[in-house]
Amino acid sequence: MNLRRDVFQAIADPTRRAILLLVAAQSMSAGAIAANFDSARPTISKHLQILTECQLLAQEQEGREVYYSINAKKMKEVADFIEPFRMIWEQRFNKLEAVMKKYQSKKS
Amino acid sequence: MEQKTKIHAEDGQQEILITREFDLPLELLFKAYVETEFVEQWMGTRVIKLEAKKHGSYRFETTDPKGNKHGFNGVIHDCIPNQRIIRTFEMEGSPFGIQLEFYEFDELSKETSRLRMRVLYESVAQRDQLLKLPFTQGINMAHNRIQDIMHRRSG
Repeated sequence: MNLRRDVFQAIADPTRRAILLLVAAQSMSAGAIAANFDSARPTISKHLQILTECQLLAQEQEGREVYYSINAKKMKEVADFIEPFRMIWEQRFNKLEAVMKKYQSKKS
Repeated sequence: MEQKTKIHAEDGQQEILITREFDLPLELLFKAYVETEFVEQWMGTRVIKLEAKKHGSYRFETTDPKGNKHGFNGVIHDCIPNQRIIRTFEMEGSPFGIQLEFYEFDELSKETSRLRMRVLYESVAQRDQLLKLPFTQGINMAHNRIQDIMHRRSG
């Protein structure tokens, strides 16, 4: 089954989040990444594949090794997705503040 | 500009924390949540019922630009003036289920106050869906706008 991948699905898994944190510091080979986990190598490979498909990781061939690095632009998309939700609340609260301030100044 | 409203949504959890500081005395901030007159003004909704007390309940209704009515309701579990409100929230006819909301009101100074909201959803999936809603709608709205522009050009 070929599921359509999105970034939110990618970060829903704790191992994948751990991989992102590792690679955020420096680009690493698949072997070096796998060495940080107890999971079997194929499991980590699968996670790397998903992260790459979602474009959260970028691959670079160096000799025989594939190096993984973080795709900052795509990561920003993840950080931004909550922003519209925040903006809605910001607007609501601004309205609340304005309404109550008007009432306060009328009272005094 | 400094962000006054902060949202915290931990991955894999079914809650959202919303924090906001107001340039308002605590009493006024609390009033905004328990008095019909003010709820109607800042939420832009019609208050059909609002019993801000223990074992009370509320029901609001908004009318969208197309004239459709949307109801919101919930039960007020606890209401301690200038301290806290615990209530449920339901968007009638929506797939988002029931939310449990904890509101904590704090005085920061004579003229400033803070609201901390903790909203619990029925499941992680439901929370994530709701979080992404404005994101998805934003994209749809952008698409519609593009379509409008394109239609106007071709028409």
